[in-house]
Amino acid sequence: MTFQSTDTYVATSDLSLAVNAAITLQRPLLIKGEPGTGKTLLAEELARSLQTRLITWHIKSTTKAQQGLYEYDAVSRLRDSQLGVEGVNDVRNYLRKGKLWEAFESGERVVLLIDEIDKADIEFPNDLLQELDRMEFYVYETDETIRARHRPIIVITSNNEKELPDAFLRRCFFHYIVFPDAATLEKIIAVHYPDIDKALVDEALAMFFQLRDVPNIKKKPSTSELIDWLKLLLADRIPASALRERDPGKAIPPLYGALIKNEQDVQLLERLAFMHRRQSR
Amino acid sequence: MLIGLFNAVRAAGVPVSLRELLDLHGALKAHVAFADQEDFYELTRLIWVKDERHYDRFDQAFGAWWQGVASQPLTPDAVIPEDWLRRDFMRQLSDEEKAAIEKLGGLDALMEAFRQRLAEQKERHAGGNKWIGTGGSSPFGSGGFHPEGIRVGQGGNRSAVKVWDKRQFRGLADDAELGVRNLQMALRRLRRFARHGAQEEFDLGGTIDATARDAGLLNVKMRPERRNAIKVLLLLDIGGSMDDHINACEQLFTAARGEFKRLTHYYFHNCVYERLWQGDGGTYSNSISTMEVLRTHPPDTRLIFVGDAAMAPYEITHPGGSVEHNNPEPGGVWLQRLAVKFPRLAWLNPMPQDSWNYTVSNRLITEILGPRMFELTPKGIELAMRELVR
Repeated sequence: MTFQSTDTYVATSDLSLAVNAAITLQRPLLIKGEPGTGKTLLAEELARSLQTRLITWHIKSTTKAQQGLYEYDAVSRLRDSQLGVEGVNDVRNYLRKGKLWEAFESGERVVLLIDEIDKADIEFPNDLLQELDRMEFYVYETDETIRARHRPIIVITSNNEKELPDAFLRRCFFHYIVFPDAATLEKIIAVHYPDIDKALVDEALAMFFQLRDVPNIKKKPSTSELIDWLKLLLADRIPASALRERDPGKAIPPLYGALIKNEQDVQLLERLAFMHRRQSR
Repeated sequence: MLIGLFNAVRAAGVPVSLRELLDLHGALKAHVAFADQEDFYELTRLIWVKDERHYDRFDQAFGAWWQGVASQPLTPDAVIPEDWLRRDFMRQLSDEEKAAIEKLGGLDALMEAFRQRLAEQKERHAGGNKWIGTGGSSPFGSGGFHPEGIRVGQGGNRSAVKVWDKRQFRGLADDAELGVRNLQMALRRLRRFARHGAQEEFDLGGTIDATARDAGLLNVKMRPERRNAIKVLLLLDIGGSMDDHINACEQLFTAARGEFKRLTHYYFHNCVYERLWQGDGGTYSNSISTMEVLRTHPPDTRLIFVGDAAMAPYEITHPGGSVEHNNPEPGGVWLQRLAVKFPRLAWLNPMPQDSWNYTVSNRLITEILGPRMFELTPKGIELAMRELVR
């Protein structure tokens, strides 16, 4: 079973190799890359192409490692015991299973996505070392060890907001999604908009790469922004010719709101356009 | 057979351990990559390199190992400065010119010539037809034209000579020992936990106590979560001589913002006067009166200056000494006021400690604030934090 590009997702050769190596050697795969290059999408597509379930654990700044294993709700048990509710004797009724537990006890091999691990506290990855390594953890309340019946395929994404500890990195395979080149981008666009006008794609891509090449731009537009922008261009029926008459004096592309998300960048482009107008005079 | 590569990659400064070497053997045994040099390269990188900043060093070491030559020392001058390659302009060549450019020989000759050329060349170059630069017609460089040229930088071109020689991760390399994680670990020392705010944590002791008082009927008590209650005021010097240290300051700022919930920051130019700036730009509209900052922050606020403390001495000692405006009171008076209001303060200096004594202004500041200046390194920050919690 190998992972390759699907009809909805374009995977470069090094990305499919990374995924296949992680599956074969049963290691977590850590994915980094510019925002909008399809890190989260990868896990979804992987689950789809392996025809299995995707379990997603979204990490927030308040997430604790224990929440991924289980939580013991002592308060409801205490309250239930006073009201004499049925089943209060069994502690199992008051253990809330976390995403890791869910993945471990699944009857088939699932894909577990730990999304944006860098959002959590700086010690968070260290608290998961043992669980990811051995794929088991110990439940104190019931005195039992939960072992993975089928080792899940673990995909971890990070946006580089915090550095991850070395001990954690040692246990992962690491892949950095490079920003796709023009040929790959064309493939990606073809996947999203199969019957788009070729001329429009060419012009839009030229303009898009020009924009990414502007020095000192704060937030470079990425793949997902390009897809959104094309959708707008299509919806507004903007012809390829409108993009072609590129007057350098007008550096701002039409419907730029989908591409540029930062007002400083808009100002930068306006300044560049202004300087260009003054020079050409 | 992989020991040689392992040592070469380690020597290039990529932290690889035995565990990863064994992992690679395991992967090769499992035939994840087989008889394909590009796959082997990608697989090795996947397993051995854990940070995109090390990709560039790995590429160089791998390239050298693959060719069987001893790895050259990766000194800074073997690295092509980024700005040589920035595409300033696209040069259009006439057909005659294009015809005039001939192949330099085979692939190996081209690589060899590139190395030689790189060794000879000392400065940035654009245009022309020999040196490595931008928009020229030399076979080496970027954005120019040569039928069999080597494209340097601006990766993403699959047809380039060899994947690892593209060095497309050059922009991600970062040799700062001053990682954000290091800084954050150093800043953690400055913690003073307290409970206030919304009650969202279960208070076990309080609940047992209240339940016992209610004769066994459950009475749940909640309490606010423990938070780092430390207040930090960060004053950063920007512009002028601080431009060289902008990276270090950005990292410090990122780390501090992640660590302290209650952090305010302002900017100053060279020395603190009657106004501080809230963003860069230095216009009056986004500035705030220093008096107001003094008034609105409680005295237990920890004050951290970040600056190289290199300025003309009269900026500290004389009214009207500022390089930018006519200040009615000398900078020293303002430093004094801040030091009196906020007794817990530290100054972080991005310059190495040995150089501090060469500037008069540095000594003047130490006289006013006391010996509380520290280097902007993880070690220095740790010392500074120790000073601040005292």
